[in-house]
Amino acid sequence: MTHPYIPNAEPGVRAEMLAAIGAASVEEFYADIPAGLRLDRPLDLPAPFVAEQDLVRHMEGLLGRDTGTDRALSFLGHGCYPHYVPAVCDEVNSRSEFLTAYAGEPYEDHGRFQALFEYVSMMGELLDMDVVNVPTYDGFQAAGTALRMACRHTGRSRVLVSAAISADKLSKLRDYLAPDIELTLAPVGADGEVVVRGLDDSYAAIYLETPNVYGVVETRGRELAGLAHAHGALLVVGADPISLGVLAPPASYGADIACGDIQSLGIHQNYGGGHAGYIATHDHEPLVAEFPSRLFGIAPTKVSGEYGFGDVFYDRTSFAHREDGKEWVGTAAALWGITAGVYLALMGPQGMREVGETILARTRYAMDALAGSVTVLHPGAIHFREFAIEVPSSEALLGALRERGIYGGVPLDGHTVLVCVTERHSIADIDRLAAAVQETL
Amino acid sequence: MNTAESFAKLPVAPKPPLRRFHQARWDEPIIFELSAPGRRGVAVPGPGAAPVELPASVRRAEPPKLPEMAQLHVLRHYLRLSQENLGVDLNIDVGQGTCTMKYSPKVNDRFAGAVAELHPLQHEDTVQGVLEIYWRLERMLAEISGMARVSLQPGSGSAAIYANIAMIRAYHAARGEGHRDQVITTMFSHPSNAACAKTAGYEVITLMPDAEGLPDIEALRAAAGPRTAALMITNPEDTGIFNPRIQEFVDLVHEAGGLACYDQANANGILGITRARDAGFDLCHFNLHKTFSTPHACGGPAAGACGVSEELAPFLPGPVVGFDDGTYRLETPAASIGKVRPFLGVTPNIVRAYAWIMALGGEGLRQVAETAVLNNNYLMHRILAIPGASAPWGRRRVEQVRYSWQELTEETGVHSEEIGVRAADFGVHYWTSHHPYVVPEPFTLEPTESYSKEDLDEYADILAHVASEARSDPAFVKEAPYNQSVHKIDMTSLDDPGEWAPTWRAYVRKHLS
Repeated sequence: MTHPYIPNAEPGVRAEMLAAIGAASVEEFYADIPAGLRLDRPLDLPAPFVAEQDLVRHMEGLLGRDTGTDRALSFLGHGCYPHYVPAVCDEVNSRSEFLTAYAGEPYEDHGRFQALFEYVSMMGELLDMDVVNVPTYDGFQAAGTALRMACRHTGRSRVLVSAAISADKLSKLRDYLAPDIELTLAPVGADGEVVVRGLDDSYAAIYLETPNVYGVVETRGRELAGLAHAHGALLVVGADPISLGVLAPPASYGADIACGDIQSLGIHQNYGGGHAGYIATHDHEPLVAEFPSRLFGIAPTKVSGEYGFGDVFYDRTSFAHREDGKEWVGTAAALWGITAGVYLALMGPQGMREVGETILARTRYAMDALAGSVTVLHPGAIHFREFAIEVPSSEALLGALRERGIYGGVPLDGHTVLVCVTERHSIADIDRLAAAVQETL
Repeated sequence: MNTAESFAKLPVAPKPPLRRFHQARWDEPIIFELSAPGRRGVAVPGPGAAPVELPASVRRAEPPKLPEMAQLHVLRHYLRLSQENLGVDLNIDVGQGTCTMKYSPKVNDRFAGAVAELHPLQHEDTVQGVLEIYWRLERMLAEISGMARVSLQPGSGSAAIYANIAMIRAYHAARGEGHRDQVITTMFSHPSNAACAKTAGYEVITLMPDAEGLPDIEALRAAAGPRTAALMITNPEDTGIFNPRIQEFVDLVHEAGGLACYDQANANGILGITRARDAGFDLCHFNLHKTFSTPHACGGPAAGACGVSEELAPFLPGPVVGFDDGTYRLETPAASIGKVRPFLGVTPNIVRAYAWIMALGGEGLRQVAETAVLNNNYLMHRILAIPGASAPWGRRRVEQVRYSWQELTEETGVHSEEIGVRAADFGVHYWTSHHPYVVPEPFTLEPTESYSKEDLDEYADILAHVASEARSDPAFVKEAPYNQSVHKIDMTSLDDPGEWAPTWRAYVRKHLS
């Protein structure tokens, strides 16, 4: 049988093509592969489901064993967030033309260039910055690259990184900066905010995250920007864009580079597969020169009133100069960028403000609701979307909640649980969590 | 009774030899130009609880100047843009060589959608299905590569290359050989091999092709030594030439104490034919969005897979999925390099790649490889019949070919980029090459198993037609495109800091204020 995905496997056409080429069999095309390297047996793989309906049955059998957050009440966050995804976001990113395109020129792929230009432009408005990259892989990579950019820009090789970031992100940063950059951690104070001491002229950057890993909104950004700048260093701020309808954009208090993950903007949780990273700066040529990512810009065409697009300052990239480019560029997460653009266009300034206000209020409501039965950490701080609680046993609490159909939070350690509340959690959902926590303790 | 005068006769005439294509041209404004105050695309629920008053230090002072649009108008704008884009589903996408543009089965998108609402930190007991898919895909890729373990964490091919280098670095450091500070690669391996190695702190040595189009083995002999950390090499290289001495390359590097790392971006023609581990490689990576069919998504999300030998397995990024006593669990390898990416991987694409292999099986994968190679050799046969086109070194090719229009350019002054742009007027496209252009006036075609003979004939006919246009009217080709969403773009401002406009706000500030 000719496989539905392989039209030229049909014996007749195969023979016709071989005859046209003048080859006796496909073996001739493999003549450069030495006999000793040839696999002399069929690959040992499971028997295939060639009929689509059999494949569907197999896959449904596997995927049906998962109990997703749509079949439980989930307060899981910690880097991947259950925000509401408008239907139009899914509609646009599932379009064949976007989903199956790759790297065409700005002619046949005009739509991709414009959609990504608009994404970076809307991010620019949210961030109050003029330069935003075509997305990199995720927020981890964005932070790693932002710090490398700061080091190249300043010619220094030390960075001071807030300890109020996730252990996984810190793991990535340690690996990514390892060969030539020294990473020092700035501790977290009792109020949940980072404490910066001992900065000197050897540092390239302070890296601050807000809201930080505990959901705490850092309030001393301006002070830290001043401190960094006084020492000739940059302030790099990791910020979740969904907070920026209500929270001040990093540039407004002096950040030189902003970065983060855009999964919050119209992208499902996807078991961790919905991430994409942004990096933003002012339009300052020496800093623009340090971006590894592609930057798309408007260019005129032969026809008046027509927008064309192209790569801004392509000469920075590894596509242009291999190891002499900045880090590397390649396939990353463009479709999530288009999706985030759709989200921002749907939300507009009002939607972004309202979603921020709702999250702030519901987070505080949840903190107050749980405070009766557990210790809520950093109660005096402003929290956005997440907060930490101290419990006798994270495992026992979360296990008991799971039995009640509640994914209660992410254990940070044996006694600390991170609870995430978004606009998708109703007041009744939060009340149900609080009641269940009280019951189980 | 139709009283109109007839102006055309039945039967309808046969189609002309070349498709009369025209790309959608909506002349769409930039989204900010569609904004009107007060409109909105979605509503957001109110807080339902006491509002939180923010201090001035953290409160946004001015609302962001995002567009204000009704829902239909956002949708319409983006659907128009989507129509002005050309995906695999719409064109004969054989022109994006090295990228393995193949059909991504629609049914797999459905499976990918089934993980949309899974959170990556759910308790393992609640995600046994998706963990089993990770486990099974890992085992299948281990069989395909011959490697012991496979990490599915990296977000793309280049991220997998980086993860491999990070493991190489950790491996040498663990053995007290941290002094090994050089990585050797080849000019026709993907530039990310060189760029990732440099980012990871290595000096990069690039082997140039010899007179036969193969990486120069004498240059490797000269380069390999006590400073060698690894060889990072693609095979077949981006020329489509399989290096028959690859085993010697691996052996030379091993003798020098280095590791051999195989960039399998070009694996589509050798699935079930030859395996990385069998040639002695210690590490390899696959691009799941190339060889294993996940959609390219305008440039990601993609997915990469790093395969390693038993000896390198302790260094894999964590976690990996383990299987014990009927249960799938997350485990962190003993000497893990840590995270290269959040969580476990790009799960929708892991699910798609798994489903794709499960639709084919071992025999099907071999049929994929053989057909991709047949298609490539058939297309090469057609392309080389076009006057002015050539395939340097004249060697056999596996799954792709880096061709040259040098002769045509010398004759007409029309460059490869210009021919590609004109070809787009017929609903196809091609990519030239990575830089530098070692092959002059390059174009790289990779007709995967997805395309029919008729597709390949149509593609070759289009290039033949454009080549003849270049001869008869070079100026016409140079002014292309004509049938696209937009006309010829003047790119000069994009490199001028005073003029470039990487966002709308920069454009408004520099050009409209």
